[in-house]
Amino acid sequence: MSSDAPVLQQTSEPAESAAAPSRLARYARPMLGVLLPLTLALGWEFLVWRGWSNGRLVPPPSRVFATIVDLARSGELVRHIAATLWRVGLGFAFGVVAGTLLGAISGYWSLARRLLDPTVQALRAIPSLAWVPLFILWLGIFETSKVVLIAVGVFFPVYLGVMGAILIVDRKIVEVGRTFRLSGPAMIRRILLPAVLPAYVVSLRVGLGLGWMFVVAAELIGASEGLGYLLLDGQQLGKPAQILAAIVIFAILGKLTDWLIEIAAAPFLRWQDAFGRTRGA
Amino acid sequence: MLALDRVSKTYPNGVQALARFSAEIRQGEIVAIIGGSGCGKSTLLRAIAGLDRASSGTVILDNEAIASPHAKIGIIFQEPRLLPWLSVADNIGFGLADAPAAERREKVARALERVGLAEKAQAWPRELSGGQAQRVAIARALVPQPEVLLLDEPFSALDAFTRRDLQDHLLDLWADTRPTLILVTHDVDEAVVLADRVLVMRPRPGRLFDQIEINLSRPRDRNSPLFENFKRSVLTSLDRSLDRSVPDRDATQGPGQAMWW
Ligand SMILES: Nc1ncnc2c1ncn2[C@@H]1O[C@H](COP(=O)(O)OP(=O)(O)OP(=O)(O)O)[C@@H](O)[C@H]1O
Ligand SMILES: [Mg+2]
Repeated sequence: MSSDAPVLQQTSEPAESAAAPSRLARYARPMLGVLLPLTLALGWEFLVWRGWSNGRLVPPPSRVFATIVDLARSGELVRHIAATLWRVGLGFAFGVVAGTLLGAISGYWSLARRLLDPTVQALRAIPSLAWVPLFILWLGIFETSKVVLIAVGVFFPVYLGVMGAILIVDRKIVEVGRTFRLSGPAMIRRILLPAVLPAYVVSLRVGLGLGWMFVVAAELIGASEGLGYLLLDGQQLGKPAQILAAIVIFAILGKLTDWLIEIAAAPFLRWQDAFGRTRGA
Repeated sequence: MLALDRVSKTYPNGVQALARFSAEIRQGEIVAIIGGSGCGKSTLLRAIAGLDRASSGTVILDNEAIASPHAKIGIIFQEPRLLPWLSVADNIGFGLADAPAAERREKVARALERVGLAEKAQAWPRELSGGQAQRVAIARALVPQPEVLLLDEPFSALDAFTRRDLQDHLLDLWADTRPTLILVTHDVDEAVVLADRVLVMRPRPGRLFDQIEINLSRPRDRNSPLFENFKRSVLTSLDRSLDRSVPDRDATQGPGQAMWW
């Protein structure tokens, strides 16, 4: 449009000068969040270093870090991380598949929703950890019961997310599909799927968070390897540095896997016109 | 030809939105529907589009009863309703999914050119202005070349200047294939600029009140005295339609006695 040109020129200059501080802000803002924990950690390190505290129950960061390095050297760390990742991955996969399928069915087909949803909601009301004894009885103490527990934890947020997202798809957009006479499958593929994708990604991330929560529970109950085992081992043998090391690794892995989902979904969500987008979040 | 035969619609909540609406609309005719708020204009359009079913009466297009969306009927809503996850070009090509890719690309490119948005082909809908988005919606509805195009207050959210621009655009596009246009509007000016015939509706229950033939050649001069005359006729009719003391006339009368008063 030729009429756009002068307007564009007018606005481009202030926009450019505004870009410089915003670039600075982009790096500075995350740093703000690190400030508090960093200060606390360094402060504690300093206190222990000066000998004002022995740091036996609350080991300073350097000792936690040394523990991680030790574990890594012996190859223990990789073994534990692999065991935990494998459980979370498997449980997450099962939970996501089941949650997506049932959620989609309940969302799309109201008869199924009437049949299914009350039961699912009732099950959801049970604290998932209450299943643990039963799972152990049914499935044994080994991998299966752990994976199932994680899958159960992942299932509910994904199910709810998918069903809810389908139910609130804008009728106006569905009507566009209807006017072009889309068949059922085409309607799902071309309208419903893209419309629910943003909410779906959120539910996956919530599900993954619960998956990490439940893997700790599962491994605390009985395991010979895994990060949860490191926690328990640290408690029983009085090694707080090992507990903190495991916690730090949990935090890193949790953040990392969450970030992976975000990265994987980003190309499909570029179209979004949302509040969060404009904030560079 | 599009024949509406005593189309009535009562919503489940008991509101009688439309009562025995009959009209015959020639292929290629441009009909404007005007009337007070809530007199069933959107209801009528949705029944013609096959989006909602009439409670009774029939909509017949070329000897075929319309009960669900039909390939020959396109609709443009008050909002653009673009799919936010598709680029402008993909939005325009939405109705051509079954066509071969090359043909689709070519038709979309031509439509983009036609609505003056060629350089926005790869833009996201969120990057368009309101007027641009509505032009994309028009292109999307026209690309499958419908025989009948329904427009429900398509320009009402736009400023007067953009609205005029789009009205001219619409006429331009209409001249390509001459589909039947049925346009709901609140804007008397718009009705007289575009339409061959203006149908005036009356509320509670929604029904046909009057029809006015606009015998003006195109392009129409918005400032000519004749144009003003037609505007005044439509306005007067509209006023009377809202005046409860004015009795219904037989709405099934032919268009010949349009200016009976
Ligand atoms: N889905 C619905 N359920 C119940 N009543 C409805 C529904 N849609 C419309 N109505 C009622 O039907 C009547 C006609 O509505 P309609 O939307 O067709 O009016 P309209 O002429 O398009 O009005 P406007 O000019 O304000 O858009 C109104 O009284 C409205 O309240
Ligand atoms: Mg309306």
